[in-house]
Amino acid sequence: MCVVCGCGQSGESDGGQAREHALAHVRDKLRESLDFGAGAARVSVPGMSQARAIQIEADVLGVNGRFAADNRARFLARGELALNLVSSPGSGKTTLLCAAIAALSRAHPALRVAVIEGDQQTSFDAERIRAAGAPAVQVNTGKGCHLDAEMVGAAYAQLGAPEAQGGVLFIENVGNLVCPALWDLGEQAKVVILSVTEGQDKPLKYPDMFAAAKLMLINKVDLLPYVQFDVAASVALARRVNPQLEVIEVSATQGTGLGAFVDWVMRERDTHGAQRSSARVAE
Amino acid sequence: MHELSLAGGVLQLVEDAHKRERFARVASLTLEVGMLAAVDVSALRFALSALSPGTLLEGAAIELVEKQGVAFCFGCAEQVEIASRSDPCPRCGAYQLQPTGGTELKVVGLTVHDA
Repeated sequence: MCVVCGCGQSGESDGGQAREHALAHVRDKLRESLDFGAGAARVSVPGMSQARAIQIEADVLGVNGRFAADNRARFLARGELALNLVSSPGSGKTTLLCAAIAALSRAHPALRVAVIEGDQQTSFDAERIRAAGAPAVQVNTGKGCHLDAEMVGAAYAQLGAPEAQGGVLFIENVGNLVCPALWDLGEQAKVVILSVTEGQDKPLKYPDMFAAAKLMLINKVDLLPYVQFDVAASVALARRVNPQLEVIEVSATQGTGLGAFVDWVMRERDTHGAQRSSARVAE
Repeated sequence: MHELSLAGGVLQLVEDAHKRERFARVASLTLEVGMLAAVDVSALRFALSALSPGTLLEGAAIELVEKQGVAFCFGCAEQVEIASRSDPCPRCGAYQLQPTGGTELKVVGLTVHDA
């Protein structure tokens, strides 16, 4: 029996003829399918069946980026300044936000300030913000360690359109100094909060977050007499990872520095508004 | 552990490619991980392996290629190589650096089997 095709020809009695027959089968096979470079990949990988290669060259965060661009366009259309507040848990983000909302509405009574609150669980923070007088939507990320642009887009839709143009939207991210650095939410700027009860070397321990931020708020400065925290050293370390980083020292509970923060927010909003005007001119 | 979300993003890109290209299974997947991308390579590998059973990535070989971090140094006005955002310039020791490369996490490509 032929060993290649299993046909009835015997290779034992007629020697060379059977061998020729088998080789003919092999040549047929070669013509048929044994071209190792014929697949789409145009390469052969030993030990593997032919696979074809597909080029993708896509940013893994690209989908988030598209949602973020949508959010950014919506913020810009309403002249609304969106700030993404990031910090570790317990830095006083929500307390600072409540104090900032009060200070902003005192200084600029007509300004609409709204908040998107991100936490893994509970709506405690959104309730605190509403008690401070600003509309707030709570986003619970469940197991997630950060907000993403799609979540923010949905929360923003739930907030409803502001009556007035040119408001301020604070997005309080999940307390986490690592993951939120990567997810663009469509914000104009990230604001990182570092409290003096944390280590002054945090900017070097978590460089990506401090590199992504435009402003660093050093919070709880009223506690400086009681803790080992060198403000100048901390700022120097933060500027190692982000030479352009702006810094304001604040105390949410004592009100220190809140005026400077309010001024910074209004300056950012006006810059943002100017961008909007030039975008209109471009149209 | 944002690497799990990133692994989900990787799977989504593979599924998008599957819709376009209609293949049977993935033989290998190549990712580029920038040193300045804030992505932990071993955590990403773990997340992908945890995510892949029952998906298109099941049984696929995963290749993670680390890309060198590159920055422009304002001190010496040169492109320099760094491994972290907290590194000084290896030439002049300044910290005035603007990262210009190695900041991305990318799916470079796939090899797939059609049967």
